[in-house]
Amino acid sequence: MSYQLDFAGLVPYLPQFAAGLWATIELTVISTLGGLLLGTLCAQGRISKDAWLRRSCSCYIEIIRNTPFIVQLFFIFFGLPALGLKLSAWQAGMFAMIINLGAYSAEIIRAGIDAAPKGQWEAGQTLGLTRRQVFWHIILLPAYQRVYPALVSQCIIVMLGSAVVSQISVEELTFSANFVQSRSFLSFESYMVAALVYLLLAILMRQTFALIKRFAFKNPSL
Amino acid sequence: MVQFTDWDILKNLLLAARWTILLSLLAFAGGGLFGLILTLLRSMRSKITTRIIQTYVEIFQGIPLLMQLFLTFFGLSLIGIEVDAWSAAVISLTLFSSAFFHDIWRGCIEALPKGQWEACRTLGLTYLQTMRYVIVPQAMRMSIAPTVGFSVQIVKGTALASVIGFVELTKAGTMINNAVFEPFKVFALVAVLYFLICFPLSVLARHLEKKNHVAR
Amino acid sequence: MSLVSLDQVHKYYGENHVLKGVDLKVEAGEVVSIIGRSGSGKSTLLRCMNGLEEYQKGAVIVDNQSVENDDYKLRLLSRSVGMVFQNFNLFPHMTVGENVMLATKLVMKKSSAESEMLAKELLEKVGLADKFSAYPGNLSGGQQQRVAIARSLAMSPKVLLCDEITSALDPELVGEVLKVLEKLKQEGMTLILVTHEMNFARDVGDRVVFMNQGRVWETGQSDEVFSNPQTEELQSFLAAVR
Ligand SMILES: Nc1ncnc2c1ncn2[C@@H]1O[C@H](COP(=O)(O)OP(=O)(O)O)[C@@H](O)[C@H]1O
Ligand SMILES: [Mg+2]
Repeated sequence: MSYQLDFAGLVPYLPQFAAGLWATIELTVISTLGGLLLGTLCAQGRISKDAWLRRSCSCYIEIIRNTPFIVQLFFIFFGLPALGLKLSAWQAGMFAMIINLGAYSAEIIRAGIDAAPKGQWEAGQTLGLTRRQVFWHIILLPAYQRVYPALVSQCIIVMLGSAVVSQISVEELTFSANFVQSRSFLSFESYMVAALVYLLLAILMRQTFALIKRFAFKNPSL
Repeated sequence: MVQFTDWDILKNLLLAARWTILLSLLAFAGGGLFGLILTLLRSMRSKITTRIIQTYVEIFQGIPLLMQLFLTFFGLSLIGIEVDAWSAAVISLTLFSSAFFHDIWRGCIEALPKGQWEACRTLGLTYLQTMRYVIVPQAMRMSIAPTVGFSVQIVKGTALASVIGFVELTKAGTMINNAVFEPFKVFALVAVLYFLICFPLSVLARHLEKKNHVAR
Repeated sequence: MSLVSLDQVHKYYGENHVLKGVDLKVEAGEVVSIIGRSGSGKSTLLRCMNGLEEYQKGAVIVDNQSVENDDYKLRLLSRSVGMVFQNFNLFPHMTVGENVMLATKLVMKKSSAESEMLAKELLEKVGLADKFSAYPGNLSGGQQQRVAIARSLAMSPKVLLCDEITSALDPELVGEVLKVLEKLKQEGMTLILVTHEMNFARDVGDRVVFMNQGRVWETGQSDEVFSNPQTEELQSFLAAVR
């Protein structure tokens, strides 16, 4: 009953935590960039004139949004090799995170696009721009701006979700915590430390995005 | 080694899916109840309570659910309460959902125009009467769609209970796969079953959302 | 003693000094129009009369009750002071009848039957007897505003505060709301209205208060003020709105 928490016992394992943290940051940065790009392309696909493209984009979005991330991860890591697509744990984790964020952000970005006044499309096209040019040059930035808070939250959710890739032995923060607790037997303490680091990462991400916002959207909010 | 036909695989997955559904229902009910209590407490407008609840929400939204499961599992045994994977999963999913439910419902209450409060004040209604007859009924109507939407997150969240050893759909999938070694088929089936649970909920949430918009 | 009396009322929003010592007395049965540019403090002034806004200095006394920031006192005050808002603020999830009856039941503690009778009577007065079971969302703006008036009247207030209650209406619907106000005046109701309807203020109102920069800049009998404005500010304001 009178268990004494022993955080000092974790000090020798700091390098493990640091390595895990670094990997988590790497995963997060790459998957955020990749996921937002994929999501943007998909959002564009959703409003394409090509019915087949529209349908495949919504299929992808629905499948991802309605299945657990861990199952997606297992399917990619364990299942895809059957199709001859063999990925390392790191690659599989990265891939799963990108695909995951891609689907969620596509839906969010599309909401931003839908909210664009019709006149914006028309104005662009009267200037002689193609539909694609209007999308990339006129519609997209304000769309991001409209849904920015939702996008930020989603990116943070995906960062937190990266804990799950420890389950295919990607050596990120949660994996480190698992490793440390199996060595030190300080399980609660290890997970507390990891949890705290995630919490800080989430706060840090919010602040980074707030900073990006200041540079990206020069016009006053819509 | 026993021979598994496709039918055996599916049957075992379906049996395990019952646990996924049960766990989801418990988390939904527990999280809903607890989230409701948080929302009520917060509507008492005490600065300290608000601050505490805000922190609670920030913590549960800022830590991976997987980490929350580990902490519950190991933390409870640390203070001398031996928990099995099942209780740990129910407890942490309940806490997790309560934070999100509270956030959703508070958002609905705050989304109501200030004029509704002012009208009640000029009519001489008390704070509780205002809540009971004017604010809550409207907020409730608004909150149905996002609440259903979040239930999808709960179902998906239950998959993480597999990591602490609770045998639900995902865990059953890994176990069966270890026996038959057909990962493509097994995990595809697992995904399909989740999809069959979640997709109707998503569609319902979207439908309700649209109805809400039309009603405004 | 006047029904409404403001004595050197000061109001700040942070640094922003919005009311700079307002004096105003309104007698029972008077119809007072408050006019002035946007941002001159008209709404704030009105909202200080029923406690929706706190003021920092001075005194507001309505129906012999001091208006203070105290929930209980403000609830008592709500029986003396009614308010109608620019955007109606009806309760969209309740029928018209329920909107009108809510406070009579909960605050006045009248029985259901009594409340219903009163509600029907009031809806009759504002010309909406047939809308008792309709929902606000299915009514026109003018109808909604008349329901809002009926809802305030249900508390049988001594004075009714109206903040630009025709500003959100399509022009063709303004008349029906103003007609209700005229009727209330004939019945002896005290009205204090912030309004842009200068014709109404001149023809129906007894007195006009011109607010400028947080002060009562000029005030007097309606016809007087409109035909012979004294200050340059009122002259230019009237020239602009005409
Ligand atoms: N809730 C508020 N917070 C801060 N400033 C306010 C608020 N409401 C009004 N103000 C300021 O008070 C001043 C008077 O506003 P108001 O009474 O609404 O003017 P009017 O009704 O004559 O247009 C304005 O400068 C306005 O910006
Ligand atoms: Mg105003």
